[in-house]
Amino acid sequence: MISQMNFFLITGLLIFGIGATGLLIRRNLIICFMSIELMLNGVNLVFVTFSHYLNSAVGMLYVLFIMALAAAEVAIGLAIILLIYRLKGTVDMDSLNTMKG
Amino acid sequence: MFDFIVLIPLFPLFGAFLNGIYGVFRNKWANKPSHTIGVAAIGLAFGLVLLLVYKMLSVPIVLLALVPALGAFLNFIFGYKWSDKLVSIIGVGSVGISFVLSALALWKLIHLDPEARFIEVVFYKWMVSGNLSLDVAFLLDPLSAVMILVVTGVGFLIHAYSMGYMHNDPSYPRFFSYLNLFVFFMLILVMSNNFPLMFVGWEGVGLCSYLLIGFWFEDDYNAYAGNKAFIVNRIGDFGFILAIFLIFVTFGTLNYKDVFETASRALPYNGFTVTAITLLLFLGATGKSAQIPLYVWLPDAMAGPTPVSALIHAATMVTAGVYMVARCNALYTLAPVSLAVVATIGALTAIFAASMGFAQKDIKRILAYSTISQLGYMFLGVGVAAFSAGIFHLVTHAFFKALLFLSAGSVIHAMGGEQDVMKMGGLKGHIKKTFIVSLVGTLAIAGAPGFSGFFSKDEILWQAYSSPYGSKFLWAIGVITAGMTAFYMFRWLFLIFFGEERMDHETKHHIHESPNSMLIPLYVLAFLSIFGGYMGVPESLGVKNYFHHFLEPVTQYAYKVEWPHYSHALEYTLMIVSVAVAFAGFALAYICYIKDPSIPVKFGEKYRTLYKWVYNKYFVDEFYGILFVKGLLKTCFGMRAFDEKAIDGAVNGTGKSLYWSSILTGKLQTGYIYHYVWGIVLGLLILLF
Repeated sequence: MISQMNFFLITGLLIFGIGATGLLIRRNLIICFMSIELMLNGVNLVFVTFSHYLNSAVGMLYVLFIMALAAAEVAIGLAIILLIYRLKGTVDMDSLNTMKG
Repeated sequence: MFDFIVLIPLFPLFGAFLNGIYGVFRNKWANKPSHTIGVAAIGLAFGLVLLLVYKMLSVPIVLLALVPALGAFLNFIFGYKWSDKLVSIIGVGSVGISFVLSALALWKLIHLDPEARFIEVVFYKWMVSGNLSLDVAFLLDPLSAVMILVVTGVGFLIHAYSMGYMHNDPSYPRFFSYLNLFVFFMLILVMSNNFPLMFVGWEGVGLCSYLLIGFWFEDDYNAYAGNKAFIVNRIGDFGFILAIFLIFVTFGTLNYKDVFETASRALPYNGFTVTAITLLLFLGATGKSAQIPLYVWLPDAMAGPTPVSALIHAATMVTAGVYMVARCNALYTLAPVSLAVVATIGALTAIFAASMGFAQKDIKRILAYSTISQLGYMFLGVGVAAFSAGIFHLVTHAFFKALLFLSAGSVIHAMGGEQDVMKMGGLKGHIKKTFIVSLVGTLAIAGAPGFSGFFSKDEILWQAYSSPYGSKFLWAIGVITAGMTAFYMFRWLFLIFFGEERMDHETKHHIHESPNSMLIPLYVLAFLSIFGGYMGVPESLGVKNYFHHFLEPVTQYAYKVEWPHYSHALEYTLMIVSVAVAFAGFALAYICYIKDPSIPVKFGEKYRTLYKWVYNKYFVDEFYGILFVKGLLKTCFGMRAFDEKAIDGAVNGTGKSLYWSSILTGKLQTGYIYHYVWGIVLGLLILLF
């Protein structure tokens, strides 16, 4: 039973890790955005796992929250990226460092 | 019933205020319709103030105030073409009203029982903090009644004189504004019923003194003299304020009545605390009243206009120290050491300043040294616990010294601004009226029998001899000084009015007698200088000493010691001795300056060094310059360097270091999101493992 749970957890960690790595190494804003979604879903998976094995609904609730948030984030984020593209003609993150100290 | 005494200081304040406003806007208002409106507004304000006053008071007193106010108001509206007249009417009128009210206060006070002659009128609550509670309250007792009469009476005469003397001065309103403000602060000083309020007046008169010494500030020397007076006074005020703190710590209150009532119970006779308090108070008095070692500012203070010298630096402000010592008699009598210090400093100042007056050439500086010397007499009087004698001399001195200064002003006026007595002489025939009043003043200060100075000076000398705190030594110094006073004052008189005419032809042609507006105050003061002494005739002459009896309630809390009894014969003898010494001084002056004017020249050549020392005032100014001023300036420049380098450096350094560190840390913020993500992930990893 534990091993089964470990399997889900490790899968969640892997998805999170892929997302984080993608965020770190890719420069395209759309890809980075998708990586963030991956990270969120990895966390979701871990929540659901614990919720299931601990017989608690709290984890499920959080997942619902995160999914709602992610949907909102996508709606705003994609709009921002679109506007950036219109403004700059690119979605490369290296050209977006105007907010430096 | 006594509520109206609040108004006595307020009227000069209104005058100062109105004249100040008028002086500021005078040029703007000239020949414009707005002038009329502005002037009417000021008049209206004055009227409103009087209306407020009317509500506070019973009717008859207000009528006194309202009649001149109505005149002033009408003048305001219709008289803008001769605007200086308005200023005079407000300036002189407000002091005049105060004088009338003071006289009324005295009149009512006399009709009370001697024990009941202590009236406090609370104007408003000033501050409450912890167990400190202070009122702005005025005190009317025999001592302050005498003082307010002198201040407003002599002040009124000098204001009236100034109308003529300052005629055509471009800053005419400013002058009257300052002068009225001075009268206000002086009245606060003598009428307050607690130490801090007295200190307010004390500082206020210092401020007005500074402003008026430097009245003609276009000349650098005048501004410098004003600074000197102000700075030297700071040293004394430092002592005064320390004394106030010490009184509060010791008694827990600052009201005169509470302090003096409890003094003899709360403090041991000749104890350390009471000696410290009184000595610190006396330090304040040495500054304000120009005693050794802080007398150096008074001769320079003669840079101000002559009425200022008469009012502030002779008759009233400089006597504040004497008033203060007399007021604190309950404390001083508990501290015989302090009394001895006061008497000794007074006697030394008297003789020292008199000797400095011998060789001076400036008509006003001679009088300034004479003032210092006479103030020394007053301190000698209060220093031997003869408080009424000291105050008596204060009063008569106010009469004759104001007279002398104003006569000097009249002479300067006649000579077209010349102040060097060596360039005068023989003026007797040209300005006869001024000569007569000067002669009266000189006779009074020299102590000629029958004149006011004789009675007061003799009272002090007798007390210096007979008081338990006095001694033959103090008396001897006093008598010698009396002789010296007669000598230098007659020297002053002879050099100006007798002998050959040493002025140049041009000046001689222009010599003219002063206008009546200047002469009438002189006549009044001359009258007072002759007859002012008869209110305090010594008892040994078989008359009641009204002045002494009137002031007796003031010393009710004083520590009582047994006064030795001497026979009247001894008193007569001493009186004759002092008159004889004074006459000797007169005779010497007569020989030196009328009979054979070559004697002083020969003497000066023979004892060259001595003459040089006396002429240069014993080099005290230079000595102070080297000892204190130079060192102080050096310290100040050192402090400035320290301030610029160390303190400013620390402040600026804080700013600079923050600036550089912000630039360094700012570099961390690259603007690349993945840099931040790296930071987050690394942080997370560090937290995890």
